[in-house]
Amino acid sequence: MNSIQDRRQEYRSLFKQNVAKRLLVDKAVRIIVFSCVIIAIIPLGSILVEVFKNGLTAISIEFLTETPGSAGSGEGGIGPAIQGTLIIIGLSSMIGVPIGVMSGIFLSEYGDNILARFVRFFNDVFMEFPSIILGIFAFLIIVLVLGHFSVWAGAFALSLIMFPIVARTTEESLKMVPMTYREAGTALGLKKWVITFRIVISAAKSGMVTGILLSVSRIGGETAPLIMTILGSSQFFSSMDTPMDALPLRIWRLSLLPYDSAQLQGWGAALVLIMIILGINLGIRYYFMNKKNGFFGQLIKQRRNAIK
Amino acid sequence: MTAMTTKSTIMESSPITTPEYRSPIDASKYKMIAENVTVSYGGIDAVKNVTMKFKEKSVTALIGPSGCGKTTFLRCLNRMHDMTKNAKVTGKVMIDDIDLYSKEIDPIYHRRKVGMVFQKPNPFPTMSIYDNVTAGLRLNGVRDKKILDEIVEDSLKMAYLWDEVKNDLKKSAIELSGGQQQRLCIARALAIQPEVLLMDEPASALDPIATQKIEETIIELKNDYTIIIVTHNMQQAIRVSDYTGFMYLGDLIEFSETKKLFTDPKDELTAKYVQGHFG
Repeated sequence: MNSIQDRRQEYRSLFKQNVAKRLLVDKAVRIIVFSCVIIAIIPLGSILVEVFKNGLTAISIEFLTETPGSAGSGEGGIGPAIQGTLIIIGLSSMIGVPIGVMSGIFLSEYGDNILARFVRFFNDVFMEFPSIILGIFAFLIIVLVLGHFSVWAGAFALSLIMFPIVARTTEESLKMVPMTYREAGTALGLKKWVITFRIVISAAKSGMVTGILLSVSRIGGETAPLIMTILGSSQFFSSMDTPMDALPLRIWRLSLLPYDSAQLQGWGAALVLIMIILGINLGIRYYFMNKKNGFFGQLIKQRRNAIK
Repeated sequence: MTAMTTKSTIMESSPITTPEYRSPIDASKYKMIAENVTVSYGGIDAVKNVTMKFKEKSVTALIGPSGCGKTTFLRCLNRMHDMTKNAKVTGKVMIDDIDLYSKEIDPIYHRRKVGMVFQKPNPFPTMSIYDNVTAGLRLNGVRDKKILDEIVEDSLKMAYLWDEVKNDLKKSAIELSGGQQQRLCIARALAIQPEVLLMDEPASALDPIATQKIEETIIELKNDYTIIIVTHNMQQAIRVSDYTGFMYLGDLIEFSETKKLFTDPKDELTAKYVQGHFG
């Protein structure tokens, strides 16, 4: 009987010996983690500072609303590019988000078969695809077939970038919803699609929104596929079958010009692009935060509950 | 002609084939019959060849040590194993005269006859109290606000939650305490007006007062419902149930009237368990 108590005493003594060392390691880990964050933040922060510093001077009402002036004159603006970016983000989302969300639902809720494993694998591969290849693909099957650059081709190429991201994040956030809610729905005699759309999705909404925003931000900055599809233009949008401008394209063109005034405009365009993406992100998040059942609303409630 | 009539009579009553169940005394009184039910998870039997008959408007308790298959068996009665990968159910579960496991029927319609309360409270997190109670109705197509209001009040009263929440039905369900959440889930199950109520340790998350309230609810519900309750608490089984089944390692060891099972068990194992020698 005594021996087990002795052993316990021995185990206890094992713990105590290296406390000082462990505290030191603890401190070291904290310092390393902290400094890595700082190292990561410095370039990000300096990019933002640089863009703001250089871009702000370029921005004016004319710059935001007018068509580009002649190269190097420093006149004109990026109106068509802003308009084009909003159009292309909107169109691509209209194609990419529904397909992505539905694929995500398939993978999560009906994904227990060979087809789903297959889809999941290719989805992951697809997600890592170089975007220029998707641009070339859209170029081949739309631009060459139609015989002209078109907004549809651009939206198609960007939606190809979008939907694997949306599908994957949707799948992951649906899988996070505990099985017990699905069971509760089943026990109420609900059909599977009702459970999925009315119960599971509403519980997974915040994760899905994050994924969609991630994909919007991603396509907002894509340049290569747009070169192959909408080409760029210095005119405002006129029809779906003509070239259109977009901010990444405009930034790229301006940055290639040797004039200081053009480079300045490039900085301005970069700032506008960042602000648009930030605006979309904050806008949608704010919407979900404010709604009673939104992500942040829930979080606040849970916190309040925990305190209670 | 006479031969034809006889034949069609047999056809009509054919869902219940075993002669025992056809006897006029029994068949009408049983709301649910589980016949030779075996459940296996990946080849391992969790419930072995269990046959149980549940009388209409009675409370049946299932007791037994952890892992004996009580919950697994309970979930068969609602075809909840359809959702579980690897789970295989054989045997027959009859509700009234319909075999829940026959290929022709859609379990959805019969699940509406069978309400279920789970071990852990699981109210829908994004819905209000009101929406939780009415979920089964709204999502099944009931839209009339007046009827919904009535059912909400009714169900919440039956679950002894009405007085605590009547002033903030629009509050989110996850703001309630654990015990309140469980009573909300009972109200949600009652709202679809089931005929059978399956309860998987409904009181394990509740304090003694709430437990007492739930037990009172169960006894009152007996007037209208057939209730099957899994419980770890033998006192609870004695208090609320008319019949008790004792399960051990997947087998139904003994099934009889509660009083008899606890005072005069036929099986030695049952006797040991109810006297607290193991479990």
